[in-house]
Amino acid sequence: MTINTQSSDRKSGRTGATAAIASAALAVGGIAIGAAIARRRAASTDDAPERSRKNLPGGNALVGRTVTIGRSREKLHGFWEKIENLPEVMENVERIERNAETDIWHIRAPGGTTVQVETRITENVPGERIAWESVEGSSIDTRGEVTFRDAPGDRGTRVTLVMSYDPPAGALGRTVAKLFRREPEVQARHDLKRFKMLMETGEIATSAHRRDRTRAAQQETE
Amino acid sequence: MKALTWHGTHDVRVDTVDDPEIINPRDAIIKVTSTAICGSDLHLYDGVIPAVRPGDILGHEFMGEVMETGKDSTLTKGQRVVVPFTISCGGCFHCKMQQYSCCDNSNPAEKQDMSATLYGHPMSALFGYSHLTGGYSGGQAEYVRVPFSDVGPIVVPDHLDDDRVLFLSDILPTGWMGAENADIQPDDTVAVWGCGPVGLFAIQSALVMGASKVIAIDHYPNRLALARQLGAEVIDFRGTDVREALMEMSGGIGVDAVIDAVGMEAHGFAPDNVIDIAKQKIGMGADRAAALKQAILAVRPGGRVSIPGVYGGMTDKFPLGAMMEKALQVRGGQTHVQRYTKDLLEKIEDGTLDTTFLISHRLPLEDAARGYKCFREEQDSWTKVVLKPGMELGQTK
Ligand SMILES: [Zn+2]
Ligand SMILES: [Zn+2]
Repeated sequence: MTINTQSSDRKSGRTGATAAIASAALAVGGIAIGAAIARRRAASTDDAPERSRKNLPGGNALVGRTVTIGRSREKLHGFWEKIENLPEVMENVERIERNAETDIWHIRAPGGTTVQVETRITENVPGERIAWESVEGSSIDTRGEVTFRDAPGDRGTRVTLVMSYDPPAGALGRTVAKLFRREPEVQARHDLKRFKMLMETGEIATSAHRRDRTRAAQQETE
Repeated sequence: MKALTWHGTHDVRVDTVDDPEIINPRDAIIKVTSTAICGSDLHLYDGVIPAVRPGDILGHEFMGEVMETGKDSTLTKGQRVVVPFTISCGGCFHCKMQQYSCCDNSNPAEKQDMSATLYGHPMSALFGYSHLTGGYSGGQAEYVRVPFSDVGPIVVPDHLDDDRVLFLSDILPTGWMGAENADIQPDDTVAVWGCGPVGLFAIQSALVMGASKVIAIDHYPNRLALARQLGAEVIDFRGTDVREALMEMSGGIGVDAVIDAVGMEAHGFAPDNVIDIAKQKIGMGADRAAALKQAILAVRPGGRVSIPGVYGGMTDKFPLGAMMEKALQVRGGQTHVQRYTKDLLEKIEDGTLDTTFLISHRLPLEDAARGYKCFREEQDSWTKVVLKPGMELGQTK
């Protein structure tokens, strides 16, 4: 099962960003079912993941990053599976509200506002991967996936986070676009680093020397 | 509390700032009893390291008494500890290989981008050494928040006073690792550029490791005298052709290993013309690597080059050909302090190493700005300044 097949009918009526999203979804799906297939689909001549290509179709709509964490796949999956844990490491996510079928992400946006994104889990394989996508009518059309693979020897687990998104049209869309264009690549990298810190050291590094000056505390009061 | 803060080039002041607090579970708060000014602090003082912000507390060589501990700290209140200048988690891929200065988890995620751009990978965190290395408040203060206090700080016995153990925080392990990186063998002739604190400790370490001859190169008479007192032969580069002398003093072979304990600013060493390619992009100037270039030309074919001296940016006209054609081994690195503290503490205790000869001045913390100024301007006589919070003004010993 891949994300793109699951959501293809929902995409079919769209124009404009469709191509970008389709290729982004293709990339996500490709990674899900194996790097070899992804390579073939990307028609690339090398073994690098598609997201590291210089001219990525769809511009910045696809964000991906891998980090190696010295913990077991099961432990890392366990943290991620409790999706309400994520705001601890994802700094622009204020909180995640869990409902029966879907989750609502409250994401910090410029100007002290928040944007809500409603997603549902599309796949959850213990110790291997978790995938999610936004539901129809969500303010941002997004999908994401985190995969856990054994690193060589006792190096732990290679964690890859891949997300794609398509901001909607209109005023809200512009806000959202701005929010996401605030270096989503950097955001993803920082989020994964914080995840690694929390898993490996039990805490998230801060150079603040007062509790009210940590980045997290400052964001609360923004 | 009182702390030495940076306000601009050649402008440091002792300000009153908020006391630090425990934030993370593995933190401890240390009440500082001794803290030194380092030669590398002069790079901050001279404004050649980017990402220092007004109000930043400097200082990375400090020790003191445990005041408060987080719930996962292994220290207890009242213990005397020396704190490594490298902040290391102890459990990441690098720390597990004892590459503590390469720790993945100590530099806050949002501060890693600048060094990642500059070096290809983010740096680990250091105390009091710009936001490039995390922006942690330093030790030239009455109190310091110490992260990962279960891994870094080493508890020292009461019978060893501060002067004997303080330098375990940086310069002693740095000099030791500088010598270790030179892979010293018995019968070796080793040349050390720079007789500042790190150079002097590298000389001492090289002799402990069995080098048959250590040659020290500098131009400050007092520093050369200290090197000689440790057992080195010395060269004053102002009056002597260093490469010619080294060839003669090594029997025409060339020195087996060279240690550059000078670093980026190379005060006094003939400065090159610099091209600030890096500066345009990332705000860091080109390094004047005069000592390193000379060392690479002086070392014998098949020899070893060790670089404990601090470099931060890029350099022009590097003798790359000599490195390749002479089959040199080159090693650098911020010190993996935690790898050495236990062994070096034993060597201090059994008398193999003594570091107290280095201290030329002891000042109250309040007098820190003067300490910086004199340490920079009178390098010959101000070999090492130790600041003592709580010491009375006017007291000098
Ligand atoms: Zn130092
Ligand atoms: Zn580490």
